Amino acid sequence: MRFDTVIIGGGLAGLVAGISLQKEGRSTAIVSTGQNALHFFSGSFESLEQAPERMKDLFGEAGIRLHYSPGWRLMPMGSFREAALSLEDVSLLPEKHFADKTLIVGLPGYLDFFSGFLADGLEREGIPCSLRTLQLQEMQALQQGPGEMRSVAIARLMDRLWEKVVQELRVLLKDEDAVILPQVFGLRDASIPDRIRQGIPARVIFAGTMPPSIPGIRTQMQLKRRFEVLGGTYLAGDEVVDAHQHEGVVHSVVTRNLDSHYLEAAHFILASGGFYSKGLKSNPFEVTEPVFGLDVDYTQERSGWYAPQFSDDQPYLQFGVRTDEGLHALREGAPLQNLYAIGSILGGTRPEFGSGAGLAVRSAFAAVDQILENRV
Amino acid sequence: MKLQEYTESKHNFEECMKCTVCTVYCPVLQVNPLYPGPKQAGPDGERLRLKDPYFFNYALKYCMNCKRCEVACPSGVHVADLIQSARIRYDHSAPKLRDRILASTDLMGSLARPVAPIVNGVTGLGITRSVLDATLQIDHRRVFPKYSGRSFERWLSRRSKEQAAFAEQVAYFHGCYVNYNHPQLGKDLVKVLNALGVGVQLLEKEKCCGIALITNGMSEQATKQARHNVGALRKAVVDRGLKVVTTSSTCTLTLREEYPNLLDVDVSEVRDAILTATRYIYERLEKGATLPFRPDFHKRIAYHVPCHMEKMGWGVFSERLLRMIPGVEFTLLDSNCCGIAGTYGFKKENYEAAQAIGAPLFEQIRTVAPDVVACDCETCKWQIEMSTGFPVQNPISILAEAIE
Repeated sequence: MRFDTVIIGGGLAGLVAGISLQKEGRSTAIVSTGQNALHFFSGSFESLEQAPERMKDLFGEAGIRLHYSPGWRLMPMGSFREAALSLEDVSLLPEKHFADKTLIVGLPGYLDFFSGFLADGLEREGIPCSLRTLQLQEMQALQQGPGEMRSVAIARLMDRLWEKVVQELRVLLKDEDAVILPQVFGLRDASIPDRIRQGIPARVIFAGTMPPSIPGIRTQMQLKRRFEVLGGTYLAGDEVVDAHQHEGVVHSVVTRNLDSHYLEAAHFILASGGFYSKGLKSNPFEVTEPVFGLDVDYTQERSGWYAPQFSDDQPYLQFGVRTDEGLHALREGAPLQNLYAIGSILGGTRPEFGSGAGLAVRSAFAAVDQILENRV
Repeated sequence: MKLQEYTESKHNFEECMKCTVCTVYCPVLQVNPLYPGPKQAGPDGERLRLKDPYFFNYALKYCMNCKRCEVACPSGVHVADLIQSARIRYDHSAPKLRDRILASTDLMGSLARPVAPIVNGVTGLGITRSVLDATLQIDHRRVFPKYSGRSFERWLSRRSKEQAAFAEQVAYFHGCYVNYNHPQLGKDLVKVLNALGVGVQLLEKEKCCGIALITNGMSEQATKQARHNVGALRKAVVDRGLKVVTTSSTCTLTLREEYPNLLDVDVSEVRDAILTATRYIYERLEKGATLPFRPDFHKRIAYHVPCHMEKMGWGVFSERLLRMIPGVEFTLLDSNCCGIAGTYGFKKENYEAAQAIGAPLFEQIRTVAPDVVACDCETCKWQIEMSTGFPVQNPISILAEAIE
């Protein structure tokens, strides 16, 4: 099967590249090995100072609204982090002392939202908090069932119940000028968080939960749908296991599901992610890129791969495949002319700062621009 | 690394990182609060079951075996295989009479065929459905598939000489549905393949692939049929060097994946030769073969990728083949389960869940309002036709209509 471009990896970087190419009439296939880091997405693209117009357009056409309002984002554990460009779910605060009194509302039996830590964090900023738990009859079945009380299970319920939540909140709200809720609203319908904000006479902030991320899942679904509507081929749950390359040019890749049926293309984009997604692999002796055998930047001495303290900067997160300035991936020191590496396989991201999303989008655009320049 | 070879776990369950992504895409978890979900029923539960079979949970029967958890898993865990294997290993309760009837597709087909008009008439009656509901817990709202008076095997065996005359040959694993319910699909395949200069042969006495036996707790019978089928496939593939084509995505997945992964039946000699007919035909067209497309064909087609096709990753062949037909307006439907999952949706206790699972798909079909929904799975077809009123055709039948 032949395409103009085959993209390995169906996460944010792969989808942004795929949508951009397909929109320009380049037939594109994305091979995705399971779901991706968008399921852990904070909702902020933190290394993009200002959204490029094309990014706003691309997301807007997929039905995803972004807002650019530099400020502070309230983190799940009650700390603050600077952020600017974000999904509309994410509230960006002009200053850390954003309210005089805050109401933090949890849900019964839901342990992935840390009201106590949030209150501690806010009280350090001099904001007194009252903690409440929303009692909803409809949540009882979920609490009593054998399944886990995770963000998605609750978000499915909230897609139906959010109006009732608004009514209950209006009763709970006394003299507080801000309400903090877990980010479990708007799994299917992106307009729900905003409608909740409109229904409550106080600033409403949705604080991140433990994964999976509700706005992240929705973003993944919207981007994938957009790619398919444009005519792109999304091969879900497949895996590129081998590549055919000759004299610095990649000709085709082999996937687990299509076995003897190779995917041929003029261009290839490697967006297979970092260690978690197995874009990079490690064993006790080396760090490798498994599909093309690309050159990887890493510290030779294994003791230098990690810092003993979990929360310290971890050197292994800087590891990534080597590229030239045009993002062409290097193999044995020489660039593969039609293979571009984008997203977190490049290394150098700091997941705890959410910089992966910014890198994914920027590098995807950079690769796409070069492919569009090189007419086939 | 040698070490890693020894640490590889059955169905990759040790690879689970507890990321919970599978729970996002499990159709059952979205509608049935009694189901613990793929993560708990699969890798989490496996740890406990390995310690003590006491931890086996009968709620695992709510798993539809749609494999969407496996498609979503970023770590390569065979979540659904873990769940189905656990049912095979630990659930020793005797299957209900109803489940035996639903799973015995060959037997029911053979019994119904000679008296098909009567059976079709009777199963269409409200009173019959009420009785089946009350006695067997087969839901009264379910519309039954019709039986055909003449089997496909008989139709094709009468044409064996004419088929043998073609220069190239393939074997066809037609499955129970084509044989007993809808021989026309088999005839359509013969028409398309003949147009490509390929003759179609039967396997030597194929039996039901056995997926319904596996999911209804009759794995011993399923294993017997699997061994028999692999023998028949070997004769075609190894002895005669034929490819084997199929028109049902679930039969294909069962022969290629469920036999080795769930029943421990070795298929290594035949696996690569078993292809869906859409993949086989697409590959031939890609290599330069042509089909005599009618100039006046026009159809608005919405394609639904069945869950097992999605798991195999071969929906792309059906999609591309349909897009190739001149006069086709094509829409790819969003990836959603229709809810029936073979015999699952026939059971009274699952009916509501099955319809709730399928609701987003039905809604999208109504919005798109195509002339026909294309789909490679017979049970999806029953479910979509019953729930939306839109006609559903196998891509092969659409192709047969589109050629001279």
